[in-house]
Amino acid sequence: MRMILIYNCKQFLFRFRFRFNNNFFKGVFIAMNIKKSVLTLAVLSALSVSAMAADPTNAEIMQMMQEMKEQMADLKKENESLKGEVEDVAGSVDAVADATDEAIKAQVKLSNKTTIGGYGELHYNAHRDDDNSENHKSQIDFHRFVLFVNHEFNDKMRFVSELELEHSLSGEGQPGEVELEQAYIQYDLTQKTNVVGGLFLIPVGIMNETHEPPTFYGVERNDVEKNIIPTTWWEGGAMVEHEFMDGLNAKVAITSGLKSTGSSNYAVRKARQKVAEADASTLAYTGNLKYTAVPGLELAGTINYQDNFCQDEIDGCGAATLYEGHVVYNRANFGLRALYAWWDIDGSAVKAVSADQQYGYYVEPSYRFNNLLTMNQDIGIFGRYAVWNNQDGSGGGSEYEYSQYNAGVNWWIDKDVVVKMDWQIQDNGSAITKTLDGLNLGIGYQF
Amino acid sequence: MVILLASSLHARGVYQTDKDFLDEVFDNAPPKSKKIMLVGKLRKSVEKILEHPYGSLRIRYWKKDGRTAWILQEIGKVEPITFGVEIKDNQIQDIKVLEFREIRGWEVRYPAFRKQFEGASLDGMKLNREVDGISGATLSVWAMTSIAELSLFLDQYVKNK
Repeated sequence: MRMILIYNCKQFLFRFRFRFNNNFFKGVFIAMNIKKSVLTLAVLSALSVSAMAADPTNAEIMQMMQEMKEQMADLKKENESLKGEVEDVAGSVDAVADATDEAIKAQVKLSNKTTIGGYGELHYNAHRDDDNSENHKSQIDFHRFVLFVNHEFNDKMRFVSELELEHSLSGEGQPGEVELEQAYIQYDLTQKTNVVGGLFLIPVGIMNETHEPPTFYGVERNDVEKNIIPTTWWEGGAMVEHEFMDGLNAKVAITSGLKSTGSSNYAVRKARQKVAEADASTLAYTGNLKYTAVPGLELAGTINYQDNFCQDEIDGCGAATLYEGHVVYNRANFGLRALYAWWDIDGSAVKAVSADQQYGYYVEPSYRFNNLLTMNQDIGIFGRYAVWNNQDGSGGGSEYEYSQYNAGVNWWIDKDVVVKMDWQIQDNGSAITKTLDGLNLGIGYQF
Repeated sequence: MVILLASSLHARGVYQTDKDFLDEVFDNAPPKSKKIMLVGKLRKSVEKILEHPYGSLRIRYWKKDGRTAWILQEIGKVEPITFGVEIKDNQIQDIKVLEFREIRGWEVRYPAFRKQFEGASLDGMKLNREVDGISGATLSVWAMTSIAELSLFLDQYVKNK
């Protein structure tokens, strides 16, 4: 009998240790079982001892059974209490997790009221002019350093801004500029319509509103949008944006206008006033329609009308109209961008320098190899053919025309960080005094 | 202007409530939600998929008849976008934008764009197919793709748990 009892004790201790090591809570309940077992052992021991002494009477057995029943009842109570405590602890853990989650969300919501972002790009250009070595260019430039600061006033109204430092250093005699390119309030009128008031980017072209370096090919922004649209182009005023249906979006704006002069041969890019104590004698009107209902496709067009291209300052300078259309198509790894833009400008003074017609177009196919080097590192290749002319009017024409080929590679070392290289070859008209061929290198980022 | 104001739908805001999404997935009888604690290896895996930590300690999900539903958030450019994802047989049945708060990129909610995710599954930790992007909505497209990958991963996790 004693051998059996010792063996049973060992079994229980082994089972207890094994289970305890595997699961604390199961261990608690096993401990309860052990208490019962120990009790049983004690009773059996007592019985065995008494068996050796003398047989117990029925009354003694009944008394022992009663005691056992009472002890079992106590153990049951204790068991229930422990179960409750375990449930309480689990509930508390859940409650703490809930509370922490809510606290995190509240903090995120609070900190999301004001957000910052930005982008930047460093460029190296090594260009040669075979006809004139004085035009050779070997330059490194932190072209753009941009910070966005946005603020959400409430669910319907927000502030959006973009502050840019161009060419690293600004000030008297320095090459750079500090420019406020966006600073507007946007208010949701209805669930599908919003109004914008302030200083904002004109909705025209592919790059004027979206120009973070990882979003386009080529170190430099393409010259068609730069010289004809002219990107980056912003004005002060008001705009209404409306989504007619899935994928069909329209914008209508009334803004300050361009102010051109004869000293720049009425080139559009030089006419930007940048909303800096800008002459607002006449206004400008913009209408933009964009279709994006098919995945990977963007078809869009813009018309911009300037009451007077020179803000009534120059006799022989009249109204001006920009017509722009473009397509962006991305299908799997293949990409295509194509854009056409054309200015029609009134006035004898403008015509006298052939600037009454200014136009440009480009086509840019590309192919992106996903995860080529390592996971999340893509490499894309592209080619671009671009033509632009700021003096295509009467008396001007092809001799003022620039045409440029670019071919190169983008290496996205992160989806928000890109290293770029491309080669450019220009084939310009006879009246163009600078023809630049060569290498462009750059690194850009956004956050 | 009157025509413009007459519209009732939204480029920005709530497109579908969580409840309506779950009713749709589970034929008006959604089960009780379950929760996954984001700890240990699971937390690291989630962080790897999103390329940043998830903004909550736990993720809720709904499971019934071999179908799981997930309501998850991911930042587009600066604001969180709420997505609803339905998964069955390790494949996405549907992915929806429940709430959009960004200034740009709402085109990801269009059915033609979302359709690209239907039937998609995981190849490793990535979607087994390319998704054609939207010009000007790149960050929203990335957010939706990450959430598709995350929900497929979590669906496998709860099955193997």
